[in-house]
Amino acid sequence: MSFLLQVINGLQVGSIYALVALGYNMVYGIVQLINFAHGDIIMVGAYGAYVVLVLCGLPVWVAVLASIALCVIAGVGIEKVAYSRLRNHNAPRISLLITAIGVSIFLQNLFQLIFGSAGIPFPSMFQVAPINLGGLNISFVTILTIVVTVLLMIALQLLVGKTKIGKAMRAVSEDADAAKLMGINTNSTVAFTFGLGSGLAAVGSVLYSNAYPMITPFMGSMLGLKAFVAAVLGGIGSIPGAMLGGFIMGIVESLTKGYISTQLADAVVFGILIVVLLVKPSGLLGRNATEKV
Amino acid sequence: MSEMLKVENLNVSYGAIHAVKGISFSVNAGEIITLIGANGAGKTTTMHAISGLIRSGGGITFCGQSIHGMAAHKIVKLGLAQVPEGRRVFAKMTVQENLEMGAYGRKDKAAIADDLERIFQRLPRLQERRRQLAGTLSGGEQQMLAIGRAVMAAPKMLLLDEPSMGLSPILVHEVFSYIQDINAAGVTILLVEQNAKMALSIASRAYVLETGAIAMSGDAEALAKDPQVQRVYLGG
Ligand SMILES: Nc1ncnc2c1ncn2[C@@H]1O[C@H](COP(=O)(O)OP(=O)(O)OP(=O)(O)O)[C@@H](O)[C@H]1O
Ligand SMILES: [Mg+2]
Repeated sequence: MSFLLQVINGLQVGSIYALVALGYNMVYGIVQLINFAHGDIIMVGAYGAYVVLVLCGLPVWVAVLASIALCVIAGVGIEKVAYSRLRNHNAPRISLLITAIGVSIFLQNLFQLIFGSAGIPFPSMFQVAPINLGGLNISFVTILTIVVTVLLMIALQLLVGKTKIGKAMRAVSEDADAAKLMGINTNSTVAFTFGLGSGLAAVGSVLYSNAYPMITPFMGSMLGLKAFVAAVLGGIGSIPGAMLGGFIMGIVESLTKGYISTQLADAVVFGILIVVLLVKPSGLLGRNATEKV
Repeated sequence: MSEMLKVENLNVSYGAIHAVKGISFSVNAGEIITLIGANGAGKTTTMHAISGLIRSGGGITFCGQSIHGMAAHKIVKLGLAQVPEGRRVFAKMTVQENLEMGAYGRKDKAAIADDLERIFQRLPRLQERRRQLAGTLSGGEQQMLAIGRAVMAAPKMLLLDEPSMGLSPILVHEVFSYIQDINAAGVTILLVEQNAKMALSIASRAYVLETGAIAMSGDAEALAKDPQVQRVYLGG
């Protein structure tokens, strides 16, 4: 029975990795940039929810929506202020990468300045009793996290597969110049992608802060790094890859913590990443590097 | 005949390489004009500059309006579409999705559906393969798809960059007959080609581009008989 519990816990943390990894992969897919500031968006979302919930005393749903709105604005703002001009002037990719690291450091220091570097306890948003599923007592947040993540993934698949903006996203990621010749505004499509990834990260952020209720200006670093590993594991640039990579990471981490050792969990996770990349450098669901012309 | 596209003193540089050196030409409404030239003459660069994909110096006027410096997607909405060199279909999207992308800037749903139907009637092989990924089509089918996709923008004028590239003679004839049909339906054509013989056979006028400058221009039939054009571009 405890094995099943470990798997469920793994699915919970894996859901959060997946939600954040999607942002890395969608952005990489469309502009070939590893957006190192994406992890810090999680932190921004957590502080946003905290301010609305605790300092303003507003209801939970307002806090969730405000957190999502704040992250979307931050994500699109970062793209517009920091990245888009570099891209439109054909700056070398390394300049963009360094800019992303700079944005990450900026955000961490900005929030440290406003809220201090000590951790702030995050209130429990969903005070619901654990739910008994076939003899297992599972916390409400765990179930909520998994259900919300699965629903968001289905919605995302429909958005990318069926809607006009989703098709534009796919067209721009395949061939940006050809997409422009179709009449697609690539700049706004890229901004939309940043906003979408940031919105998903905000949901991940709220769910994460409920499971691990202590927020700090640096909380995005490790979580962002792990989500990035999940993205690479699943295949950088691939949306299904982000989902698969996130769930695998979460389950492996949870099982390692449960059966081997808590200290080793990160080592095992990174070890798996190295092995997968040695066997399949493009990640589990990534396109082969050779396929790219 | 009214002037549809006017290019004046167009200049493009890639760093130290001056790829297009102050060329001027114009295309009248309803015409098929061809721009011929050898590898590296600056044909694609000229097309990209007109479509707004790269920065350029000089003036570009389309239907009386300056489009120089305008964003590429806005130029398409004005009615100037391009079939880029090397087809550039969206390989991981279906044939039908590719065609729908061509109409991205249009809002008239009913007319888009009509145009899609008309293209499928003209190109039945694409209709059979409408749910297939574009990357799995043959080279000839991909070229037809790339042209059909641009037609879906309902353009007033179409730029075509080497549509005959890499195709067998039979397929080249198919592609050129499709281009002539599009022109007959009222679309002005600017055709870039290395296959000078085919291009001169369907064009009314031609410009010859050599290392970024226009070396000759005039009536297509007359140019096809010019000894120098014959020697350099027609292998005679
Ligand atoms: N992105 C680029 N960076 C640097 N130089 C370029 C670039 N694109 C083209 N050039 C150079 O500009 C010149 C014109 O190239 P262009 O592609 O316009 O020629 P083209 O006439 O279309 O040739 P082809 O028939 O081979 O397609 C060439 O010397 C080419 O090397
Ligand atoms: Mg060319």
